Amino acid sequence: MMTRGMTNIVKTTTRLICGVIFIFGIYLVSHGHLTPGGGFAGGTVMAGAFILLVLAFGDDVKHLRKTEEGSSTLENLAILLFLLMGVAGMLFGANVFFKNFLEAGTMGELFSAGVIPFLNILIGIEVAAALFTVFLAFVIFKEEEK
Amino acid sequence: MTAWIPLLVILPLSGAFLIAIFSGMFKRIGGILTPLFMLILTCLGFMFFFRETDVLVYHIGGWELYNGIPVGIHFVVDGLSVLMVAIINLMGFLASFYSVSYIRKFTGEKYYYALFCLMVAGMNGVVLTGDLFNMFIFLEIAVISSYALVAFGIEREELEASFKYQVLGGVASLVILLGIALIYWNTGTLNIADIAIVLKENGDNKLISFVQVLLIAGFGLKAAMIPFHAWLPDAHSSAPSPISAMLSGVLIKAVGVYAIMRLFFNMFTLSYEISMLITVIGAVSMVGGVLLAVGQWDFKRLLAYHSISQMGYVVLGVGMGMVILSVGGSRDVAVLAIAGGLYHMVNHAVFKGLLFLNAGAVEYKTGTRMLREMGGLSNNMPLTSATYFSASMAISGIPPFNGFFSKLLIIIAAVQGGFYLMAILAVVVSIITLASFLKVHRYAFIGFSRFKNKKMFGEAPFGMGLPMVILAVLCLGLSLLIIPFFRDIFLSPAVNTLIHTLDYSQPILGLLP
Amino acid sequence: MILYILCFILFLVGLYGVITRRNVIKIVLGICIMEYSLNLLLILIGYVDEGVAPIVVRETMASKFVDPLPQAMVLTVIVIGLATTAMLLAIAIRVYKKHGTFDIREIKNLKG
Repeated sequence: MMTRGMTNIVKTTTRLICGVIFIFGIYLVSHGHLTPGGGFAGGTVMAGAFILLVLAFGDDVKHLRKTEEGSSTLENLAILLFLLMGVAGMLFGANVFFKNFLEAGTMGELFSAGVIPFLNILIGIEVAAALFTVFLAFVIFKEEEK
Repeated sequence: MTAWIPLLVILPLSGAFLIAIFSGMFKRIGGILTPLFMLILTCLGFMFFFRETDVLVYHIGGWELYNGIPVGIHFVVDGLSVLMVAIINLMGFLASFYSVSYIRKFTGEKYYYALFCLMVAGMNGVVLTGDLFNMFIFLEIAVISSYALVAFGIEREELEASFKYQVLGGVASLVILLGIALIYWNTGTLNIADIAIVLKENGDNKLISFVQVLLIAGFGLKAAMIPFHAWLPDAHSSAPSPISAMLSGVLIKAVGVYAIMRLFFNMFTLSYEISMLITVIGAVSMVGGVLLAVGQWDFKRLLAYHSISQMGYVVLGVGMGMVILSVGGSRDVAVLAIAGGLYHMVNHAVFKGLLFLNAGAVEYKTGTRMLREMGGLSNNMPLTSATYFSASMAISGIPPFNGFFSKLLIIIAAVQGGFYLMAILAVVVSIITLASFLKVHRYAFIGFSRFKNKKMFGEAPFGMGLPMVILAVLCLGLSLLIIPFFRDIFLSPAVNTLIHTLDYSQPILGLLP
Repeated sequence: MILYILCFILFLVGLYGVITRRNVIKIVLGICIMEYSLNLLLILIGYVDEGVAPIVVRETMASKFVDPLPQAMVLTVIVIGLATTAMLLAIAIRVYKKHGTFDIREIKNLKG
């Protein structure tokens, strides 16, 4: 194979739409408490943008492995922070695990619903990183086979 | 004391993620953090034996009852769950302490400890939660980490065993989920206490009978009862030895037998047919497991088949209690049968855990699991040999070891309850068990060495020896549970939880007794 | 009622696949089909005639909602299914690397 990755058509299209997909994922995550979507759906969309990039452009195994390590750490960090948000509910306010200890605000606004938007963002990062890690693990496995 | 309950899930979960993050920087962190966290959890678990009120309820997220309707997820600590929490975390501590020396020869140490913590978190969640769907989620956390741990050696046998385990476990999980979905359709609630009330008001129902059969199949597959046992010998013998001890010692109890007991005593209304089905499954497992075990020459595979047989005793004891309660027989006999079953469950965790740790020590030093290739190990490894002797006497029911008393309780209850066939079977199975373990003793530990290179194997390192000694002492010490003073603290609350079936709902839903 | 029965039939189709297929990947697909049939069943259980999506905004305040709890359950089951499938496929690939085949008749070593 001369050049890495797919054809120029795919590469150009990916360059054009990948950013849009990523931003759409961020929108889904950040509006999770107002509209359908939320952490899991947004996270999968965000992971889709990264997966598209790797598929279109390709990469060498060494760099992929480094990326996998990074995304795996990010995933663990996000889920640990999620747990800490639950523990924070025990420390502040009513001493209850996963208590919504911030003010609820008015219904329908972006900054409302207490801790739920933060939990959504953490789940979004977690799901995006986890899906990307799973994908990279399979890609690395296939690259090693060659 | 209520505020401490969620720590039982938070600590192992945070341990798992901390190990996964920081093991890149500090290599030893998994081996230090896991036993430390497990020790804290064990102390917490034993603390709950001395709680002020009989039942503690913890509302996660502060979602209290709304007009008497449970809207959130509850953690419930009562006699049965505290007994399970204690044995899960005690075995977790000893197995993780043992792992520190044992797991050095494997690569990927950090994943091992992270998955170990996740598995303990899942099991603690299963026994604490008061919500049916939440139980399913924790169950999946526990079994998915165990799938990965079974495949930890990534050799042919491990991979095949793990794949078999995953396919059967996946089908079992989905069958359980189908049962949960049908229950939600029928009752409109997921809280176990609330479902119990609704089912009692609705009366008998064809759909609920179907759900009961589905749940017996699903949880029976997780507990490896005999028609569903195919995965257990492969999975338990292929896993690393501390994990075998955890799987055989506590996982099949926490996600299988505990769930059956909790749901069929405290949620469904007891019916004669279903109780009889559970009893027969228990008896068949008891007999079939030991018959399959006799012909084995692989040390760990033999132990795995004995797990099926011993869990048969537990299910038989509990099932007989169910039958007696459902036909309105003598309450004292039912108490005896259930106490025997629960007591045997605790004992089995201890002696089967110890036996797998012994097998691990032998494999660690000699590199083989085949009994025909061993011999004369009692000269080389006196500590392993002595602890093996104590565990094998306990599992075959020789006094004064703990297995004798629990089997005695089950047999007495069977005779008093009129299950004469079951009593005879229990005695016969006990004798075959003894024969099978004497075979291991004869081939592995005494006699002349059949190893190819006739060198002396040293004793297992201290980190592996200490858990084995502690468990061997417990094999004798747990006999004390038969004395009323200790029985009232540890065993009787669990029996009371099961025997007063629908009283489970009252403290949770805030009803007056 | 016919829809519920179709869901159950889909469940049995998946189970049939798990039991009869010889290919490791097809067994994994069978488990996925079983899971999707249960997701469908859960959504159907939560369905209310003429109900709208359970999002509380001012316009829908007074209308009838479908049951949101099964939808939350389906999301959770999807996440669990993701983990199970990834795990199964990882093991399947490893098995393929060791044995060079996906046929379970040739992989079978453990018995007795």
